[in-house]
Amino acid sequence: MESQLGLIEQSFDLRYSGWVREALNELPDSFTITDPCISGHPIVFVSNGFLKIFGYSKDEVIGRNGRVFQGPETDRRSVMEIREAIREERAIQISLLNYRKDGTPFWMLFHMCPVFSKEDGRVINFVGVQVPIPKRPRHSGHTAVNSCENGAQLYKGAFRCCRREVCSDTVVELGRASALDSVSNPDDGEVGINDPCEARELEKRKANAAASNILSILTRYSELSGKLVCGKCCSVSGMGLLGSSLNISLGRIKQSFVLSDPHLPDMPIVYASDMFLELTGYARHEVLGHNCRFLSGLDTDPATQYQIKEYIRTEQPCTVRILNYRKDKTPFWNLLHISPVRNATGKVAYFVGVQIDDSCKNQEENGLSPHRRQLGVVGAVKVAVRSLSMGASTS
Amino acid sequence: MMLRIKRVPTVVSIYQKEEAEEGGCGRNCLRNCCLPGAKLPLYAFKRVNKISCDSGLVDFEDKEAPVAFLDSLLLGEWEDRMQRGLFRYDVTACETKVIPGEYGFIAQLNEGRHLKKRPTEFRVDKVLQPFDENKFNFTKVGQEEVLFQFEPSYDDEVKFLPSAPIDVENSPSVIAINVSPIEYGHVLLIPRILECLPQRIDHESFLLALYMAAEAGNPYFRLGYNSLGAFATINHLHFQAYYLAVPFPIEKAPARKITTTNSKVKISDILNYPVRGLVYEGGKTLEDLSNVVSYSCICLQDNNIPYNVLISDSGRRIFLFPQCYAEKQALGEVSPELLDTQVNPAVWEISGHMVLKRKKDYEEASEGNAWRLLAEVSLSEERLQEVKDLIFEAIACNIDDDKGVTPTSLEGSDVTTQSLEDADALTGSHPSMVPA
Repeated sequence: MESQLGLIEQSFDLRYSGWVREALNELPDSFTITDPCISGHPIVFVSNGFLKIFGYSKDEVIGRNGRVFQGPETDRRSVMEIREAIREERAIQISLLNYRKDGTPFWMLFHMCPVFSKEDGRVINFVGVQVPIPKRPRHSGHTAVNSCENGAQLYKGAFRCCRREVCSDTVVELGRASALDSVSNPDDGEVGINDPCEARELEKRKANAAASNILSILTRYSELSGKLVCGKCCSVSGMGLLGSSLNISLGRIKQSFVLSDPHLPDMPIVYASDMFLELTGYARHEVLGHNCRFLSGLDTDPATQYQIKEYIRTEQPCTVRILNYRKDKTPFWNLLHISPVRNATGKVAYFVGVQIDDSCKNQEENGLSPHRRQLGVVGAVKVAVRSLSMGASTS
Repeated sequence: MMLRIKRVPTVVSIYQKEEAEEGGCGRNCLRNCCLPGAKLPLYAFKRVNKISCDSGLVDFEDKEAPVAFLDSLLLGEWEDRMQRGLFRYDVTACETKVIPGEYGFIAQLNEGRHLKKRPTEFRVDKVLQPFDENKFNFTKVGQEEVLFQFEPSYDDEVKFLPSAPIDVENSPSVIAINVSPIEYGHVLLIPRILECLPQRIDHESFLLALYMAAEAGNPYFRLGYNSLGAFATINHLHFQAYYLAVPFPIEKAPARKITTTNSKVKISDILNYPVRGLVYEGGKTLEDLSNVVSYSCICLQDNNIPYNVLISDSGRRIFLFPQCYAEKQALGEVSPELLDTQVNPAVWEISGHMVLKRKKDYEEASEGNAWRLLAEVSLSEERLQEVKDLIFEAIACNIDDDKGVTPTSLEGSDVTTQSLEDADALTGSHPSMVPA
């Protein structure tokens, strides 16, 4: 857990210079900043405004994932919408039931937006703003019925307004059927505490303003550190090897593996896991764009290398034992499993190579043999690549 | 009058045949001929009663390895069977896409799934039919098709044994592959396989399915159930499951609360979706949620109403669809155009995942087409209301005892004071093997 907290401190300190935390805390609003690149997508910064509203102390919040503030009455569909927004790296504004430390629930307008790195277009943070929605007695007018009972309607309206301000993408019209307008409300009268609650323009404005201010501060402090950020998705260069959501998904697989692209000249590595870097001693930028052969050296058996080439050519999975070398030139026997990975078109898009250090090969983890764990990686990669290339993200 | 339709059954096991089997086989199956002495991996899951943590601030991430583990195991075993050639085709070689539109229906072109065989007759007017040993059942599958036994752990610790004997006296539940997969990782959960239960939901089995969904902890790993008469073809109790890392259209549909049971399970109408149905969520414990749904299913079974169930959101949201397509088909009420697509609207199709056999249908797939097809499946508003009345009565009798179901009650003041944690991945916030 310590290294996790260490990573969390680092995440902010490396990206933004000096007094960024103080600057952020000058804002009165309730908000959190998360880092999707750290396992668990934890909160890396929490405002004093947040702590006041939710009743937690800073140490109880940093390192946690935002879902801990949800509870049994939180609408699952809304949770799903937020999850999809994170995955698609877009902003969202949605009413959500959250819970304070003392267990009491309350409605708030949740406004979330991504923060992109200017250099490589990756999402480095998500900003989440919480604007409490005070309880109001429901009036039986047509508009109130539409807005309160219908989560979809709510989502549509809120989302559209947010997108316009935060992202430069074209807005996708939801165009829901007008059948929704005629949904009758059997619960006329008193609003139960956990009935859906719409934010008014006031709350939306507050949320937009807060997000905007936070983004300005982050931008300013990133300039000072030299690692610029921005609120809009900049053109992706350098990183451009894999879509960001695939990158993030693959980042959750905690084993050594790489993805290579056979359609690019010399089949370069387009993704390398953290554990691969740990195993081989290389830094990410030293391996991306290069063919895996750099791992081989003087005593590597050329016959094995040829064998690998053949399997790749025939798009067959294979397991070989090959002598590889780390960056520091120390050799290790690599029990390497390679498999073709298809995307949604059904055609091979990548090859995945999963490495096991042979000296560890008899180590069972939880009863699962290393080979089985290799296959588990292959399966996880196949699901991710196929699913995330299925196209049209419908907002 | 008996209602029947003709369709080509999907082959889910290598050893599935239509004719009666003769005894003994030498095929390494799960019957008495081959079972004695057989061993299979065993995954003992923790019976999560709430998807929460009792000590409030203990982070779920602390239990990293076991939570990711079921995913890793299932995917690894599945990939192993892929490489051993046990599947009839490589499903990842089948083109698939999300259809542009509001809901994002998912279409797949799969010409190899359905056999070019003579269609068989299926009775569709009886949801409850007795188990018939002569027909295909899952004890006839080869042991290599079984990935592992899936049983509760008795000391609340997740355990995995790579090779464990099979307790014939106390039949284990197992996970087996579906050799005609709809997607990567398509498996069958067969509760208490050796007991040869017919395809009908009971409390224990449904709870097992929910435990599996919760244990996998992956919102993109969903379980589904088809009753007889709603396109189940094998009358041996089973659920299906697979991975697809995109949201299902049904999951995007809005819902309007109808009621909350005394056990805090919220039951809602599904709105703005071609198939009418109910969605269940909440409950003080997983068992509460499970019971409300299983009582609903049992009620439908007892009233001979075919239905499908989708378990989504790691076991937190459950969709129930009573349907009538098969009946319409038997009565000749479905348009030939729809029949030509040969899409049998079972749980996955209803949820928005369409597997299409003809290139033409795949290329012309649109939200409008999908909607039109699914609209045929749905009960009418009036009929659904009748069904709902039956269900609520059943729930009232069984769950809420003499207190009765309170239609709009919501014990707002009765909130828990614990900080509850979810096991699902908001963005893969716990490191499940399958990226979310």
